[in-house]
Amino acid sequence: MAVIQDVHGHGHDHPTGIMRWLTTTNHKDIGTLYLCFSLVMLFVGGFLAMGIRAELFMPGIQILEPEVFNSFTTLHGLIMVFGAVMPAWVGFANWQVPLMIGAPDMAFARLNNWSFWLLPVAALLLITSFFVPGGAAAGGWTFYPPLSTQGGMGTDMMLFAVHILGMSSIMGSINIITTILNMRAPGMTLMKMPMFVWTWLITAYLLVLVMPVLAGAVTMVLTDRNFGTSFFNAAGGGDPVMFQHIFWFFGHPEVYIMILPAFGVVSEIIPTFSRKPLFGYSSMVYATASIALLSCFVWAHHMFTAGMPVAGQLFFMYATMLIAVPTGVKVFNWTATMWRGSMTFEVPMLFSIGFIFLFVIGGFSGVVCAIVPVDIQVQDTYYVIAHFHYVLVSGALFALFAGAYYWLPKWTGHMYDESLGKWHFWLSMVFFNVAFFVQHFLGLAGMPRRIPDYALQFADFNMISSIGAFGFGLTQLLFVYIVIKCVRGGEKAADKTWEGATTLEWTHLPSPAPYHSFETPPVVK
Amino acid sequence: MSGSKLMAALSGFTVLGLYSGMAMSSKYNLPEPQTPIAQQIYDQHMMALWICLVIFIGVFGVMGYSIIKHRKSVGYKAANFHHSTAIEFIWTTIPILILVAMSWPATKTVIEMKDTSEADVTIKATGYQWMWGYDYIQGEGEGISFYSQLSTPQDQIRNEATKGQDYLLEVNNRVVVPTGKKIRILMTANDVIHAWWVPALGVKQDAIPGYIRDAWFKVEKPGVYRGQCAELCGKEHGFMPIVVEVMEQEKYTQWVAEMQKSASAGVVNTALVEQSSGKN
Repeated sequence: MAVIQDVHGHGHDHPTGIMRWLTTTNHKDIGTLYLCFSLVMLFVGGFLAMGIRAELFMPGIQILEPEVFNSFTTLHGLIMVFGAVMPAWVGFANWQVPLMIGAPDMAFARLNNWSFWLLPVAALLLITSFFVPGGAAAGGWTFYPPLSTQGGMGTDMMLFAVHILGMSSIMGSINIITTILNMRAPGMTLMKMPMFVWTWLITAYLLVLVMPVLAGAVTMVLTDRNFGTSFFNAAGGGDPVMFQHIFWFFGHPEVYIMILPAFGVVSEIIPTFSRKPLFGYSSMVYATASIALLSCFVWAHHMFTAGMPVAGQLFFMYATMLIAVPTGVKVFNWTATMWRGSMTFEVPMLFSIGFIFLFVIGGFSGVVCAIVPVDIQVQDTYYVIAHFHYVLVSGALFALFAGAYYWLPKWTGHMYDESLGKWHFWLSMVFFNVAFFVQHFLGLAGMPRRIPDYALQFADFNMISSIGAFGFGLTQLLFVYIVIKCVRGGEKAADKTWEGATTLEWTHLPSPAPYHSFETPPVVK
Repeated sequence: MSGSKLMAALSGFTVLGLYSGMAMSSKYNLPEPQTPIAQQIYDQHMMALWICLVIFIGVFGVMGYSIIKHRKSVGYKAANFHHSTAIEFIWTTIPILILVAMSWPATKTVIEMKDTSEADVTIKATGYQWMWGYDYIQGEGEGISFYSQLSTPQDQIRNEATKGQDYLLEVNNRVVVPTGKKIRILMTANDVIHAWWVPALGVKQDAIPGYIRDAWFKVEKPGVYRGQCAELCGKEHGFMPIVVEVMEQEKYTQWVAEMQKSASAGVVNTALVEQSSGKN
């Protein structure tokens, strides 16, 4: 523990109360802010999801008028992607990257503060847009023009919010890249970095690459709406499909931005609880990099029905299918890591195994969607809804839960309630599948997405799906209770909480990790 | 169990599986295909599903075995291996071969889907917020033009009346086409992007304002095939269905004559159209 110097001496020179949080430049404080913010947003987005599922519980219009329903689906998507999942991963990066590479803090401490405090502004814009004349944006989270050039000022507020969230992400990524490349402990070469750090390094590069592209698309929609330009208006010489190309050039790497850190977390947890080193570390790194690279060449698979030349459709089909190869390598590597390990099944491990199990189902439906002729049938149906909820909810969100349970003892110094955590896992697992598995059938049978009302043959599966969704939503309240309970007290966590853990935060730091850590870097052999 | 018994049991299960797959098809699977393209889509989806199932059982069989056997609570001691170039090469190569096998038939279908040449009848479908407009612009029926709107009454949507059998999937004027003819549909839109989709025909194509896209289908079996707008187009997106009625040649000729007569009389008599297209 020689690396921690003067822990208490540093604890007093920062403001307390609200000013501590407003002015903080400490990576742990900022990480906590990010995580709390994303948890709140998870419930805001979740509330919208409950509204959607309540309306779809039975055929007919019951509680949400069609326009409000469209606002709900639009804001549900935007808030979950930009407000819940992405900030949560940045929160994990803030807490864990310095701890795992043996650095004292993030490289740009004030930039870090700013990139967080932009988020509540954007969230406020999104949420208050429900109460302005004309209501919130209702053109889908993808805000395709010309539909998004209709609509009131709620749409402009949404576009501004996306701009601000994008800025925040770019700054956060620059910070993470700089930290990882410059502040690793002596001896920690790139190929010795923990997988979570590797996946975030690659994710951050992807963010820096694609976020400015989104900013361009958003700006063009804003000027089309407010200043009479015609970037996406055919009557003025523009092209609505051009927007889709630009949007998805951002949008597809975006889904990998949300899932790569999840791969990282799972690649930390599986070896720890298998008490065995990660199988194929270097192939994991190369697989992550190839997924990131390929993700920049597959965007038009979201647009197979927009109309494309044969060569275009074939190219994007082959490129998309190719992603299955490095993704498969990851799943095989995790399986091989577990093989002949000495496994225990604490909550982080349960969520990680749940992640692999359900993410693979989402991956399979992804391959099905990649086949152009089949995609022509399932595009914009509930099949696609099922597909991306399998990779985003049971993918990214389950990995977030896994990571939270894994590191909570390090962050708080207390053990979480193991049996409540198991309840959280099993209830989530069951209700998630009740909610989303049947949506595959709905999509195949022909139910389009983004509709507030549906034909009678879809009635029973919609009811089942809604029941599952309500159960899944309620179950997440349990998570909040578990986290609060863990922060407030509980069994004291050991410095090396998990027997099989090998990364620096477990081997070199006490639990809870002190406010300032690694002021003298550890030496990695 | 002897080999022959095993084979009998296996084939029994396969037949049962296929049969139940067919029996449930309307609810659990793609609708019964009515065009060669839709049939190919159906088959490729089934093939993909079986391949995925086999891989799924393989991967999670291994993982499940490991979870049961290789646990600390049964005293299993961890091994320490962490890579194997040979096995990593194998599990990178095999998926590539599987994907090539899957993409081969898909490639052929894509090329076939795109061949909209030499159509017998060409119809332009225009998306409006929120209905479809149809113009027969080439072939038998040239000059016919009408709008097609949702005919489900508001009180059914508002839960004030019992919902009918084709709730939300019924229109005032159906698109009528003859059997056995290649129908080319040109899609465009007047305001925002819509999408013209009829699952049983294997056609889905965005209708984009200012641009024209096309698709084709050919149906042998007379019938009524229903679909919906598939691209979010605003408030009434869920309320602009597409209904295609496929008629035998003689009936189609009759329909065309009636449509043209009413058009030349300067009266768009939608009631007549409804009557002649029959109640399927």
